[in-house]
Amino acid sequence: MARRLNSVSGFLLLAILWEVAPRLGLADRQFFPPLSRLLVELFSLAATQEFWGYLLSTARTWAIGLVVATAAGVIAGLAIGLVPGARTYTHSTIEFLRPIPSVALIPGVILIFGSRYQSGVVLITYAAFWQVLLQMLYGLNDIDAVARDTARSFRFSRTGFIVHVAWPTLLPFLFTGIRLAASIALVLAVTAEMVIGTYGIGRGIVVAQTSNAIPTMYALVIVTGLMGVGINVAARGIEQRLLRWHPSVRNTAAI
Amino acid sequence: MVRTTGKILHRLAIELVLPLALFGLLLAVSANSTNFYFPPLARVLERFDALWLGPRFVTDVLPSLGRLIAGYAIACLAGVVIGVPLGMFAALRRAAEPVLEFFRAIPPPALIPVLVMLAGFGDTMKVAVIVTGAIWPILLNTVEGVKGADSVLDETCRTYQIRGMSRLWNFVLPSASPQIVVGMRVGLSIGIILMVISEMFAATTGLGAAIIVFQRSFEIPEMWSGVLMLGLFGFALSVVFRLFERRALKWYYGMRDLERRS
Repeated sequence: MARRLNSVSGFLLLAILWEVAPRLGLADRQFFPPLSRLLVELFSLAATQEFWGYLLSTARTWAIGLVVATAAGVIAGLAIGLVPGARTYTHSTIEFLRPIPSVALIPGVILIFGSRYQSGVVLITYAAFWQVLLQMLYGLNDIDAVARDTARSFRFSRTGFIVHVAWPTLLPFLFTGIRLAASIALVLAVTAEMVIGTYGIGRGIVVAQTSNAIPTMYALVIVTGLMGVGINVAARGIEQRLLRWHPSVRNTAAI
Repeated sequence: MVRTTGKILHRLAIELVLPLALFGLLLAVSANSTNFYFPPLARVLERFDALWLGPRFVTDVLPSLGRLIAGYAIACLAGVVIGVPLGMFAALRRAAEPVLEFFRAIPPPALIPVLVMLAGFGDTMKVAVIVTGAIWPILLNTVEGVKGADSVLDETCRTYQIRGMSRLWNFVLPSASPQIVVGMRVGLSIGIILMVISEMFAATTGLGAAIIVFQRSFEIPEMWSGVLMLGLFGFALSVVFRLFERRALKWYYGMRDLERRS
């Protein structure tokens, strides 16, 4: 009980501060509306169709980008990790391409797709792809030598090796990659909407700010935060559930 | 001696063969391009030479770098200063964790309009944007690193009554440093992204602003040359960071290798 109280105390303190400080004039009320005002705004937003349009549009870009990036990362990871020598030759190229900020692609996608949602998908795919690929490569490095040798002794075919030996080792790594990719994908979905002007929450925030609708702006920022928390929680939940058999998850559950 | 130089050359050849092949391919394929949006690579390189190795380096790249360094330094400092007490005291950590989880989950670009409203379009806003994004990995990794410190060392410190600042400098920070550096590496790449986005948003000076201005005025080869510059910028910083990492954590890598060998 005390523990539970402890874990909500931070939120409570923040909520009280956010409510009281603007009312007492400690913070400029115009720029920092009290929390209750934001919550009211949030609820009235939730009643509008526009808000759900924003939300669905952002979620769609996010989901498509994440799926494409994951598929590309898995295929590229298997190809680079399992073809002998491929890793040595691609190493420098990967190390060169990876630090290139995904936002460098923004002007390019504007030229090709304009403000359609595909712009966001391309940005997400580029940024999230590396997360999945790197985790795949870590995972393939981690395959147990005994398991590998056993598979060889039993003359597993290449597909047999992938399905029975590589894949189970890979899964936890892949999930870590997808989890990281999922939150990065949200960042880039919102970025695309803000900078390129694709329809979605990001554009809603910019529109609210330029039209001086400050409570709306804050409410939408809070929504993006809630989406982020939702994605994190869901990803961790799915990971725990699907990898229940895996030692890394079993151990944390036992503690 | 001869053999080792031969080995180095061999490795260099392996590292360079694919990038050079791709570069050559792109150069060849784009050579006769008449597509307005995808000009020949040779033209982009020519513009790159004229713009980015010339006056633009001082007027755009250096201001960007300055803002990035300022924001990143603040993020590192604040992340460690806030993270250490959170890692040391469990009660504090339990209270703060849900709040931190929420703020971390807000996509940093979403805060740009908020910061624009509070600080205008100037450098303060751009530095603040970098801080709000880059601080999270540093802060969370500091917390994890401090929390996960070796318990034998912890008890040794206690036995010898090493307390306060001495404990902080000689035990807490060094033992958390490998993890802090991991956070700093992630924070740097986020910082670069936010540097660009904040500049694209408030187009004045800087790499991001230059690229978006070129794009809007349809100066396509110039735009691609800016994209190339940005890629090299990110790459160069990651190389610098790796050098720093190797130097700062030399003791750690040495220790880990010893442990692995034994």
